[in-house]
Formats: sequence, structure tokens, C-alpha cells
Amino acid sequence: MIESPSGFWGPVVWIIAAIVALLIAYFIQRRGEKAYKKGVQSETFLMGNPKLSAGETHVRAHNIYWGFFEGLKKYYIPTIAAHTGIINDHLIWLIAGIAIVIIILFIAGGI
Amino acid sequence: MDKLLTHSPILIIAIPLLVAFLTPLIGRAGGKARNTLVIASLAFVEFLVIILARDIHLNGIHIYTLGAIAPDLALPGGAMMPIRIILEVDGMSIFMGIIWATVALAAATFSLSHMARETGQTRFYTLLLLMVAGCFGMIFTGDLFNLFVFLEIASISGAALIAFRTRFADAVEGGFKYIVISAVAGLMFLFGVGLLYAQYNSLNIGFLASVMQYSMLDKIALTLFLMSLTIKTGMVPLHMWYPDSYTVAPANVTAMLVITSHACMYAVFRICFTLYGGVLDASVVGWIIVIIGLLTMFVGVTMAVFQTDVMRFMSYHAISQMGYMWMGVGVGLAVLGNPGALAAYGRDAINGGIFHILNHAMYKPLLFMTAGALFHRTATRDLNKMGGLGHNMKFTLILYIIGALSIAGIPPLNGFASKFLIYESVYQFNPVLAVVAMLVSIITLASFTKAFQSAFTGPQLPEYKNVKEVPKPMLIGMGILAAAIIFTSIFPGLVVEHIVNPATDALINQSAYVNGIMGGTP
Repeated sequence: MIESPSGFWGPVVWIIAAIVALLIAYFIQRRGEKAYKKGVQSETFLMGNPKLSAGETHVRAHNIYWGFFEGLKKYYIPTIAAHTGIINDHLIWLIAGIAIVIIILFIAGGI
Repeated sequence: MDKLLTHSPILIIAIPLLVAFLTPLIGRAGGKARNTLVIASLAFVEFLVIILARDIHLNGIHIYTLGAIAPDLALPGGAMMPIRIILEVDGMSIFMGIIWATVALAAATFSLSHMARETGQTRFYTLLLLMVAGCFGMIFTGDLFNLFVFLEIASISGAALIAFRTRFADAVEGGFKYIVISAVAGLMFLFGVGLLYAQYNSLNIGFLASVMQYSMLDKIALTLFLMSLTIKTGMVPLHMWYPDSYTVAPANVTAMLVITSHACMYAVFRICFTLYGGVLDASVVGWIIVIIGLLTMFVGVTMAVFQTDVMRFMSYHAISQMGYMWMGVGVGLAVLGNPGALAAYGRDAINGGIFHILNHAMYKPLLFMTAGALFHRTATRDLNKMGGLGHNMKFTLILYIIGALSIAGIPPLNGFASKFLIYESVYQFNPVLAVVAMLVSIITLASFTKAFQSAFTGPQLPEYKNVKEVPKPMLIGMGILAAAIIFTSIFPGLVVEHIVNPATDALINQSAYVNGIMGGTP
């Protein structure tokens, strides 16, 4: 168990609670539809159209969260553009960083 | 055994260094002899780190003076300042040592199969061991110039390891970027060391801490240290080289590079808390570290969720997670001069940040290795081309789930325990920080779900129908880290009490480090 300024974390208690919840879920699942036939009812039915190949049904990585990236376009376009991959640019960021930190330290504490 | 313990700090550095140069010789006798030597030496180093950790836990700071009549004699009779090379291992150093020894052993075991098809394996293990020696030197040394030397050893070997698969053009480019960034950062660091040496005539951290005046030159030196190590750690906005280099390295090397970043982060904390701790404008420097941490968390995770290259995806997440550590420790530093706030939440914030270093050093190398396992079997890093691999790579799938849940901070895994400490303590400092940290965790979970769905789930793709599970040494390497994650998840209290708390105390209690060298007259 670990204690924070306003609470505690005990993983053992959490694990016991999770096991109990899983047991309850398993019990409910066991009481499910008895007439279910494996391999028949799990087959995809596409309105009578031919079944798609495995490659066609798999959602590829670039399609996932498309809406999220569209919504945050104004953030993503300049952020990605800043990642030029050019080493000179990386070093310019370093020099700018050094200048900013020196100014902050001098302003805060005097020269 | 006592002699072994006495000399353990130098042995932990010297053994990998010696074996690195012995490897080409033994390699001539065959691959098995070479591999056995590498694994046995790293296992022995792990043993030495454990006995040294136990001794430090019982007896406090361990000093080792090279060339002295007695290794613990830091100040020869009548001398006003230490003149020899000194290793000073306290709770924070040995905390990093435990991480390094464990991850290095796991990565070397993983390499046995992962690198089996590569040519020049003897050179690979030589470089790997040099990197291990360099980073152990960085975390054990009590001397600023030696810190620079060991940083260079780790950087040069790291660059060579990134570019190891020279048949890939991007690997050579990644290695080039790493060495240029490392060389510039190293020069900045050396310039800072020179500024302090010119003023105080010493390079010893303990001695310098005892005479530090925080003059204008000291502030310039602090800035150079801070920013050179910030770029080496890969913090935003100085992170842009990081994914370019880490993506193209073999996964076992990337696992080691992650903890090399931790060693650089250790150097930042050592410099802020120990070297400058007594005179530093803690709230200003603390806030600088907190803001860098906050930016790193947010930019890292938002860039990660966008990626479709599995190694690049992991690299951005490594960047993002380091933001948590900087934020936690930065909050502690910001309230270092306020005993009330330090006791109320500052110490817990540092504890959370340091605990997160330990957790990150377990789940991130594990995740990089699972990405390496996918590459090992599919020969692609592109998540768009993967799918349904969970059907044939069940153990890799389970290990990925353990790592992914941990990095996303899902209870009861260890990632949650350290984030819990960070959220609750940072909230009391500034609630906005805690809100951003939680948002980053949510995006982390979302992005690992994306990678999970893309690579492992879905129907079995025809091109991967005959894919097999990765070889046993790779599973053992990943298994070592997964076992460490599970242990830390179930017993976080034990880990915090015996490993994290001593590290936090070592950072906060600057006078203990100074007294270790100066003998009670700081």
C-alpha cells in the first residue's frame, strides 16, 4: 500500500474486487443463451453480399481516430511541420532554449 | 565478500568495460562462448548492484576513492578538497543502478535471438557493454568531468548501436543525428564544467556544492548543464531528434537508449538538487522543469497517437512519459525552500516522479521489445500493414497488454501507482497540472488501443498465416521485465519504502552527499 497526500492505493484490495467482478460476469455469461451454435451464429452476414477477405475487413491504423485528427487540425498541422527532421533546426531549438533559460534565471535572480 | 562489497562501485563499471574489450577475443572461440560471457558478466553486475544497494540501505552513502590507501578516504590528511577520482553512490545513484543492471540484463538476453541473424555480433556486444559501463559511470561518479567522460562513452556507443544495421539508410541517418546532438550537448556540458572549474578549482560535485555561490557564471553553467541534458533526455521542444534515432535502432538497443535518457535525467536532478541545491532559486528552476515536463507530456502523446510506425509510436510515448517524471520532481524542487509545502506534498511529488522512472524503465523497454518482436516476425514497422498477429503470437500479445496497461496507468498495474502519487501531490501545487496529466493518460490509453487493434486483433491476414511466436530468449528478455512490472504492481508499498524513498531522501538531503566527501564540514 502507498499513501498520497490525500489518500492511499492498495492493489491487493483492487485485485480481489476485480476477481469478484469477473466471477459475477462469468456467472451471468454462463446463464446466457443455451441455443447458441458456435461457428454458425458467429458468421458475418452482409445482407446476402459475398463475404469480404480478411484484409478488407481489418481496420488499418491510419483510419483509427480520423475524426480526432480532423478536429485538431489546427494543432496538428503546425506541430507536425515543426518536426522537420533537419538537424540544424534541432540545434536552433537548443540555442533558443539556452537563451530563454538564461534570461529567466537572470531576471528572477539578478545577474 | 566484504572486499567484493568495498570495491563493488568500481567493479560495476570496470566489469562491463573489461568484458567489452574481452568480447572480440572470446568471440573468436565462437558465438556461444561470447554470449555466455556477456550474459554472465551482466548477471554478476546485477548481483553486485543488489549487494551494494543492501549495504547503502543499511549503512548509507558508499564512497570509493580511486588510488587512495583506503577506498573510503575521500580527503587525504590535511587536504582542503578531494583531489582523486571519487565514486559516490547514494540512494538515488543505486536506484538508477538497479534499473540499469536489470534492463541491461533483459536487453542482452533479448539480443541473443533478436540479433542472431545480424553480422558483426561481436562488435554489437562490445558496444552494448561499453554503453552499460558508460551509464553506470554517469550514475556513480562524484565528479563532474568524469560525468562528461562517461556521458561521451555512452553517447558514442549509443550512436554506433543505433546505426548498427547499416543496410538501412535511415539507421545510419538516425545514428548520425544521435552523435551530432550528443556531441553538441557534450560540448555545452563541458563548457559548463569549465566555468565551475575556473571559479572553484575543483570538479568534485560534493566539494563544489559546499562552496557554490550562485554567481552569474554559475547560472550560465547551470543553464548549460540543464539544456544539454534536456536535449539528451529528449524533452520538448528539444525532442525532435529522439524519434528519428530511436525508431531505427534495433528494439533491444532502444530499450537501453530509454534508460540512457534516464541516466541523463538523473544528471539533471543531481545537478539541481545536489550541486546547486543549497543556493538555487528553487521555485524558478522548479517551474522551468515543470513546464518542460508539461509540454513534453502533451506534445509527446499527441504526436504518438498520430503515428503508424510502431517504433516511432513507442518513441513518442517514451518522450511523453518522461514528462511525468520531470513534472513530479519539478514540483518537489519548486517547493524545496518551503518546508511546509515540501512535507505536505512536495516529497510525495518527488516520490511519484522517481517511482515513475522505475516503472517507465520496466514497461517502456518491454513495449519496445514487443515492437521489436513484431518487426522480427513481420519485417515491417508499419502498423497499417499489420493485423491479426495475436492469433499466432499469443505470448507477445500478453506481454504487450501488460506493458500497455501499465503505461496507460490502468489499475492495478505499477504505472497507475506512480501516476496516482503524481496526480494527488501535483494537484495540491497546481490543479491544472494534474488535469493535463490525467488527459495525457487517457490519450495514452487510446493510442495503445489503436496499436493493439492494428497489430494484434482482427482476422488472421493471409500474409501472416505462417508467422510464429518469437524465439525463447526474446520471450525470456521480455518476461524478466513483465515479471518486474507484476511484482511492482502487487507490492508498490515495498518498492516505494525500500527503493524510492531512499532515492528521494538522497535528492532532498544535499548535506548528506556533501558530508560524504567533506566529512561533515560542508
